[in-house]
Amino acid sequence: MTSLPSRVFTRRRLLRSGLAVAAVTPLVPPLARAQGRELVIFNWDSYIDGETIPEFERASGIRVQYELFGSNDELFAKLRAGNPGYDLIFPSNDWVARMLTAETLEPLDKTRLTGLENIGEAFMDPPHDPGRVHTVPYFWGTLGIGYRSSVTSPTSWGALFSEEAHAGRIALLQSKDTLEAALKYLGHSLNTTDRATIEAAADVLIRAKPWIKQFAPDTAQDLLLADEVDVCLEYNGDILQVMEEDDDLAYVVPDEGSQIWEDCMCVPKGAPHPEEAHAFISYVLQPEVAARIAEWVLYPTPNLAAKALLPEEIRTNPSIFPSDDILARCEYARYQGEELERFKDEIMTRVLAA
Amino acid sequence: MQSWRDHPATFLILVLPGCLWLLAFFLVPLGFIWVISFGETSGPVDIVYTWTFANYLAALDPLYLQLFVKSLVIAGIATAVILVVAFPVAFAITFAPDRLKPLLLVLVVLPFWTNMLIRTYAMIAVLRGNGYLNWTLEGLWEATRLLVTPIGLGGVMGERFEGLDLLYNNTAVVFGIVYVYLPFMVLPLYASLERLDRSLVEASLDLGASQVHTFFRIVVPLARPGIVSGLMLVFIPAMGTFLISDLLGGPDSLLLGNVIERQFKSANNWPLGAAMSFLLLYVTFALLLARAWLSGRRASHV
Repeated sequence: MTSLPSRVFTRRRLLRSGLAVAAVTPLVPPLARAQGRELVIFNWDSYIDGETIPEFERASGIRVQYELFGSNDELFAKLRAGNPGYDLIFPSNDWVARMLTAETLEPLDKTRLTGLENIGEAFMDPPHDPGRVHTVPYFWGTLGIGYRSSVTSPTSWGALFSEEAHAGRIALLQSKDTLEAALKYLGHSLNTTDRATIEAAADVLIRAKPWIKQFAPDTAQDLLLADEVDVCLEYNGDILQVMEEDDDLAYVVPDEGSQIWEDCMCVPKGAPHPEEAHAFISYVLQPEVAARIAEWVLYPTPNLAAKALLPEEIRTNPSIFPSDDILARCEYARYQGEELERFKDEIMTRVLAA
Repeated sequence: MQSWRDHPATFLILVLPGCLWLLAFFLVPLGFIWVISFGETSGPVDIVYTWTFANYLAALDPLYLQLFVKSLVIAGIATAVILVVAFPVAFAITFAPDRLKPLLLVLVVLPFWTNMLIRTYAMIAVLRGNGYLNWTLEGLWEATRLLVTPIGLGGVMGERFEGLDLLYNNTAVVFGIVYVYLPFMVLPLYASLERLDRSLVEASLDLGASQVHTFFRIVVPLARPGIVSGLMLVFIPAMGTFLISDLLGGPDSLLLGNVIERQFKSANNWPLGAAMSFLLLYVTFALLLARAWLSGRRASHV
């Protein structure tokens, strides 16, 4: 993966955020500013609406410095040699586990959090943070197939790996997500530790190579939008963003099941303002705030109280909230130690070099 | 020219800032990477320094050697294309009227005012299936068909315009490298051609040598220093490129630079990435040494 922003601003989105900032109204009376209270947030690009930060600043008197990262690799690299001053970060599930192994996350003080009960029961004991000691979920989502609905309507991973029907019109990703999708296609768990099984999945990819247009650096949605490909492997949010620009595009989680991801709010070790970070998490846990952000980013929210406030067409959109039936066949990608991660990366390099 | 020995203090003051800069921001970080290349990872962030050669052995795996050879071929082809394209450009600027020269040089450097990432994305917009180039070709195709149909040749044109597959293959990667690194060749070539004594060219022509003969026997040898530094300036970064192959390449465009990038990012294996970087560095040094040795031998023959 490169450090390109994975959640690329679309023109419409840019316009919307501009309008949102312009339309901010002082809903909350400004409190007396506590002297020098600050909060440094490190989040993904285009992952919050334009109102939440200024409103939080006014309500709490905390000045927010909001910085962006483009990939988990980048976030991890920044924190590797010690926290350079971030208070609140948003890593994905498997990277949370990696950071916990590296002991770079602070446990959360739940007595200082309000609104945690809004998070759905199903999200409260995930494999990457049993018992939710270090993290609060921000958004979750799935890996699936983005496609051009006038050309095809795939239901299986086979559309990416086996059908010659899409020859030359397929984009996959350079990351191990591609390998994990191939594991699901073969009916295995994407978290299998059996090396022969992983190699068998790599063989599927190598056989499919003649039909593949590109292994994209997390930009497969751009190839779909530009009509370079008819089907691509991508995250739901990336496809939803290009769907806003082209009605012909659609997203599906294949029948074999897929990967669920989750981005979490965490406080890194050495955070200068942990108290303010807790205040922000509580603020975002409020149903109205969480719903407004969810309506803007179009990812599924784990905040059930917020989900109830979302417009019907978002709540019932299967591209955003897949059915329970499909979800039962999905798994989180687990971090299972550096050795396996490295093995998967080397296998992926072999696929790309073949 | 005065020798620096006449004014050692002045010399020191002028040279020191540059040396300190190189030491602090180049040699010291490079030293860290060198040490890391002998380390072993012991967890997600920890590296223990065991002075093992295992990373170098791993970097010599046939998988990576094969990518090294591919990178060598792609960088070599791109460098050759750049030389052929850049020479006439530099030549033309040298013989342009004096008042036009600064403008022409600015035009060569102009792309640097835009970030390389954005320039590469611009290339995608030009080259892709429904990009500007295919769009232009389709317009020409339509126009030609309108012209030839009345004279009964419409059938020759085919039913439908088929866009060219210009993007997502190794040719696109070579093209991208040529586009991005061309100025690095034009500038040193211009510098050495500008200094070329034109009376030598006139003498050669006067004495009956053809234009082609004069070019290859007089101009090219005199421009050799510029050619060699241009080749180095282009070839070395082209060997390590990863952004261009990432964005413009197809399913078989993985280069050594991409693998090194993966080690520092998704694979989280800094020691292997460091070892690969240093192997690349050693090969580059070997090339530079070979060049110095060759030119030394040539000099002693003359």
